[in-house]
Amino acid sequence: MLPFIQLGPFTLQAPGLALLIGVWIGLSLSEKEAIKLKLDPNQIYNLIFYGLVAGVVGARLGYALQYPRAYLDSPWSLVALTPNTLAPEIGLLFAIIAALIYGKRQKMLLRPTLDAFAPGLAAFMVSFGVAHFMSGDAFGAPTKLPWAIYLWDDFRHPSQVYETLAALIILLVVWRRPLGQRGGGVNFLWVIALSAAMRIFLEAFRGDSVIWVGGFRAAQVSGVVVLAVSLWLMRRWSHSASTVEEKLIIQTKGDS
Amino acid sequence: MNIFLSPDNRRWATVMAVVLILSLSWTFLSRVPASATTNGELPASPREGFPAPDLTLDQLGGGQVTLSQLRGKVVMINLWASWCAPCRIEMPAIEKVYRAYKDQGFVVLGVNSTFQDSEPDAIAFVQEMNLTFPILLDRSGSVSHRYQLRALPSTYFVDRKGVIRVAVFGSMNEALIESKVAELIKEIR
Repeated sequence: MLPFIQLGPFTLQAPGLALLIGVWIGLSLSEKEAIKLKLDPNQIYNLIFYGLVAGVVGARLGYALQYPRAYLDSPWSLVALTPNTLAPEIGLLFAIIAALIYGKRQKMLLRPTLDAFAPGLAAFMVSFGVAHFMSGDAFGAPTKLPWAIYLWDDFRHPSQVYETLAALIILLVVWRRPLGQRGGGVNFLWVIALSAAMRIFLEAFRGDSVIWVGGFRAAQVSGVVVLAVSLWLMRRWSHSASTVEEKLIIQTKGDS
Repeated sequence: MNIFLSPDNRRWATVMAVVLILSLSWTFLSRVPASATTNGELPASPREGFPAPDLTLDQLGGGQVTLSQLRGKVVMINLWASWCAPCRIEMPAIEKVYRAYKDQGFVVLGVNSTFQDSEPDAIAFVQEMNLTFPILLDRSGSVSHRYQLRALPSTYFVDRKGVIRVAVFGSMNEALIESKVAELIKEIR
C-alpha cells in the first residue's frame, strides 16, 4: 500500500498517479487501434481529451454547486488540485455529453469508435486495480489462505491483485482480438462483458461489498445485468457487423 | 468464424444461457450477511469508512483530550508540525472554518507531531497563527504511529459516530474544509 509519495513539500497521490498513467496508456492504445480501424486517431484523441476536460470541469462545478457557500467564500478553490472536491457522477455526465457533441459534429461512427476505445478501456482497468492496491481500497475479505496479505488489521484476500491480474488478462484477450471483429462494436462489448464477468467472480472475495436484501452483493447483481445486456448486444451487433465494415470501407475510399 | 458471427442462433443462445446461469449461481452462492463486509463492525483504522483510532493527548495550556469523548460532534483531526510549510498555508483556513462552525458542534484537534518538532516552536506557531482550537501534543509519537503518519499535514474528518469519512494528505484549501464540515454537520445524530 502506497497512498501517497512525499516529495519535499509536495504530496503526490500515488493512486491518482496510477490512474493518470492508465489514461495515458489507454489513450495511446486507442489511437493505435483507431489507425488499425482506419479511423482518424486525432479524432479519437480529441474525443477522449474533450471528454476528460469536460468531466473534470463538470465534476468540480457539480461539487461546488452542492456547497455554494464554501466556494463563494473562497472562489479560487474552484481551480484547486484537490481530488476530494469532485462530484464523479456529474463529471461522468458532462464527459458523456461533451463526447457525444464532439462525435456528432465530427460525424464519427459510434460502433467503430467504441471499438477503438476497447484496448484503451482495458488498459485503464489495469491501472484501476493498481490504484486500488496503492490506496488499500477495494480490499478483500478476511482469509487464512497462504497468499493472504495483512491489511486493515487482518489477513485478507489480495483482492486488488486479483483485480489487476484479471484486468491484465482481459487486456491481453482484447489486444489479440479473438472475436475477429473489425469496427462492429463487438470488441468494445467484449471488454464490458469480460469486465462484468470478472467483477461477478471476484466480488465474492471482497470485504467491502455493499450488501442488498437477501445478502446479495450489489456489484454482482449489477454485474449480471451488465453482462446480460452486453451479451445480447454482442449478438445483435455481430449480425450487422458487415454493414458497419462496408460503411467504413466506403468512408475510407471517399476520404482517399 | 466464431460463435458471435455464426448464424447458429441456438448455439449462441446456449452459450449466453450457460454464462448467465453460472453468473447467477455464483452470485447466489456468494451471498453473505451484511455483517460479513464493511456493513458490519470494523476495526479502528486511519482510513475512510473505518472508525477513527482513539487518542488521548495532553492539550497545550493544560488538560487532556480524548477523541472518543467527543462522540456526537464532528471532529477534524489535523496532524501538523511548526516546520511544515504546507501546514502553515492551511492553518488560517482551518481556524476560519473552526470559528464559523464551532457553535454547531464542530471540533478541530490540532495534533502537533511534537516528537519531530519542539514545544517552544509549536507554541510560537500557535501564537503567530492565533489558533483558538485545541492543540494536542504528540510527544511520544504514539498517535502519529496509530494514524500511520507519512505526510504532513494529514487530516481526518470524523463524523458524529466516530467514523473517518474523509482523509486528506497534504495542504487543504478553505472550500475543501468548509464543504466537508458542512456535509458532516448536516447529518442527523
